[in-house]
Amino acid sequence: MREVAIIGVGLTKFGELWEQSLRNLYVEAALKAIKDAGVDHIDSMYVGCMSSGLFTGQEHLGALMADYLGQAPVPATRVESACASGGAALRMGYMEVASGQSDVVLVGGVEKMTDVGGDEATYALATASDQEWEAFNGVTFPGLYAMMAVAHMERYKTTVKQLAAVAVKNHLNGTKNPTAQFPAKISVDDVLNSVMVADPLHILDCSPITDGAAAVILCPADKAKKVAKHGAVKILASAAATDTIALHSRKDLAALDAVAKAASVAFSLANKKPSDIQLCEVHDCFTIAEIMSTEALGFFEKGKGGPAVEAGETAIGGKIAVNTSGGLKSKGHPVGATGVAQAIEIVEQLRGQAGARQVAKAKIGMTSNMGGTGASAVVHILEAL
Amino acid sequence: MSVGIVGYGANLPRHRIKVEEIAKVWGADAPSYKKGLELREKSVPAPDQDVITLSVEAARNALLRAKGVNPQDLGAIYIGSESHPYAVKPSGTVVGEAIGAFPSCHVADFEFACKAGSEAMFVVYGLVKAGLVKYGLAIGADTSQGAPGDALEYSAAAGAAAYIIGSQDLVATIDDTYSFTTDTPDFWRREYQHYPQHAGRFTGEPAYFRTVLGASEALLKKSGMKPKDFQYAVFHQPNGKFPMRAGKMLGFSREQIETGWLVPTLGNTYSGASPLGLTAILDVAKPGDKIFMCSYGSGAGSDAFIYTVTDRIREVQGLAAKTRDMLDKNVIYLQYGEYAKFRRKILKAE
Amino acid sequence: MPTARTWREYPQRYRYEAAVCKKCNKWHFPPRPVCDACKGEEFETKAMRRTGKILSHTVIRVPPAPFKDQAPYAMAVIEMDDGPRITTQVVDCGDGSLKIGQKVKLEFRRIYDDSEAGSINYGYKAVPA
Repeated sequence: MREVAIIGVGLTKFGELWEQSLRNLYVEAALKAIKDAGVDHIDSMYVGCMSSGLFTGQEHLGALMADYLGQAPVPATRVESACASGGAALRMGYMEVASGQSDVVLVGGVEKMTDVGGDEATYALATASDQEWEAFNGVTFPGLYAMMAVAHMERYKTTVKQLAAVAVKNHLNGTKNPTAQFPAKISVDDVLNSVMVADPLHILDCSPITDGAAAVILCPADKAKKVAKHGAVKILASAAATDTIALHSRKDLAALDAVAKAASVAFSLANKKPSDIQLCEVHDCFTIAEIMSTEALGFFEKGKGGPAVEAGETAIGGKIAVNTSGGLKSKGHPVGATGVAQAIEIVEQLRGQAGARQVAKAKIGMTSNMGGTGASAVVHILEAL
Repeated sequence: MSVGIVGYGANLPRHRIKVEEIAKVWGADAPSYKKGLELREKSVPAPDQDVITLSVEAARNALLRAKGVNPQDLGAIYIGSESHPYAVKPSGTVVGEAIGAFPSCHVADFEFACKAGSEAMFVVYGLVKAGLVKYGLAIGADTSQGAPGDALEYSAAAGAAAYIIGSQDLVATIDDTYSFTTDTPDFWRREYQHYPQHAGRFTGEPAYFRTVLGASEALLKKSGMKPKDFQYAVFHQPNGKFPMRAGKMLGFSREQIETGWLVPTLGNTYSGASPLGLTAILDVAKPGDKIFMCSYGSGAGSDAFIYTVTDRIREVQGLAAKTRDMLDKNVIYLQYGEYAKFRRKILKAE
Repeated sequence: MPTARTWREYPQRYRYEAAVCKKCNKWHFPPRPVCDACKGEEFETKAMRRTGKILSHTVIRVPPAPFKDQAPYAMAVIEMDDGPRITTQVVDCGDGSLKIGQKVKLEFRRIYDDSEAGSINYGYKAVPA
């Protein structure tokens, strides 16, 4: 197996992009990535997308995007793994380059979520849960994460203020990210006074509905430095794991075992340990998800994720900088694009291009992308080249 | 061969609304309603409860008391109601599926205003007696609607009673029956209409009283029994006043009627009304007790029954929730706005 | 509106039928073709008892469209006394102040209507025991 590097990145603005279509979003990010990498062709491409069928009525994204990117007849495949679709697509591209099948692979993620109303968006997102045995009975995604929060609060005495601290930190980081959807500074009281969605989660504990796309170019690591125009980052490990589709069947409602499993595989592949990681983009679709992710990834012991965020240990300049981009909370969460966008944040940090949110001397970073209530997990560890 | 009740069960919604709460919305005089109708509050089905859900729970309770009856041995399931959730598609198919009675079973939904429940009991009784089925399930259930502001709104309530009828392991024998029917237009609901209409005071003397008294007097005569031979009596209870008055006219005492007289705090459960009175009586009856029951359905007809409680009653009374407990415990009071939402009385956007 | 999708689950939604692994005795609800504990593929059908306890809970205030009339409503993850876990609404619990560990019982209720004129989907909801 060959070592693989990311040599180019491209990101659209995240937000309610009324004038942008699904295909235009993808093509914009892909063209930026191709130009950033400075390559003159691609051998193959992947499209991470959760639910273009329900959000826009469009399936068959591989061919559509290759066509509109002007890259037909290259092989192009859509990858779906709910909100981990982007991470899963990156992993497919990684494996294709590692295997020697292709040299230059484009991996993009996209979601156009605002072409439907709130009810349809809620429905589309709920398809990532167990449709027959969870959604049928009326539960929503905020409801499922709320039940994870209640279990975590009962077991570890995690508080609603600690949940709110995640949102406060990530929105502050978002103010330093020009692509962020909600770059507004907020306070703990703002979160606690915002409207309740599913007790104990307020609207400001939830990530937004977002349009956006992200793309990266992969090539073999040994050619990366020569090819890359703006710097390259090596993928030290790509790992994935699954858990029960239904939250209720998990061994522990207050743990993300698939994330923990993927992380342990990744750490062993990379020959690294959690304390080697300087920054990490985690899947904060809800504030509780960030707390539970930082525990599952091994940055904090179980139950210590809440106190850690409250103590500033996950802020830029803290023990480990978590979600320097603003995370899903502030940057936005175009579900299929998120996993790729997380990798882009780490690449920019490791290339020293993160501007006001730059983590000093960043060498090793990590991404943790999740689908559903943690039934899918994809983890990548990246190192500056 | 003795035929009778093998198991019985009730189900009541937990939500209630008080007469005062309805009266204040319509500017009506609550004290005079309460006195005139002898009615204080009524049950209200939650948005997720209907005749089918109440029937399933009542049938499950009946099965708990009919210890040893395999649902697969139920040869007939009849549900009497004037508020079946579907205009076309039987309630009984859902209930039979939920209790595991299918596919070898005869099913029909009955409708005869407030006597559809006793009608189901009468038909199952006949089938068992004829030897056509080993056991049958008869249910009276309703989630009736009274038009907003109408007198019926103070009483139209929800509840279900279920009876498994057979010829072995009886908790009460059915000793005799009599039905009395005429064409009397006192209350009706036309197809596609949400609320029923009624003929005002005509629903009293020429309708309810003539029919209930006609059936009851004929059955007493036929059986050679007198009111004093009974420990308990239950009459259709559209309000608190009618059953007490009918009983008194027949020679029954208030004490005989009170045990099954649920209406002051339950309201009129229509097809469930006299069958639920009977479940409340069976919950406390002793072996050897005689029970008189007479239903009434507008249109109009009455089915009258005489039961004798057997020794087995003591074994089954505690096997499922008792009717009075469901009526009195853990109730949740609604305000009119919540009640209007629960009963889908609010016009919404499409 | 096709109804087959809910119809085929009636044994579970109406009668709580689980698949009990013949090899390791684990109860599965809903039934699954392969036992996730021992990989066994033979099962016996048994109905779960209707009792269980709350493992976690919430109140849904922003519901999916078919549940709009019911909101706000409580939901819980419930561990049934026979082992399987389910996610379901908890009703008739007043203001919804549920507790972890609280005992509940399943009742037969309407889950949602396909539309005003569509078929009615029935199933289980929990009530405080």
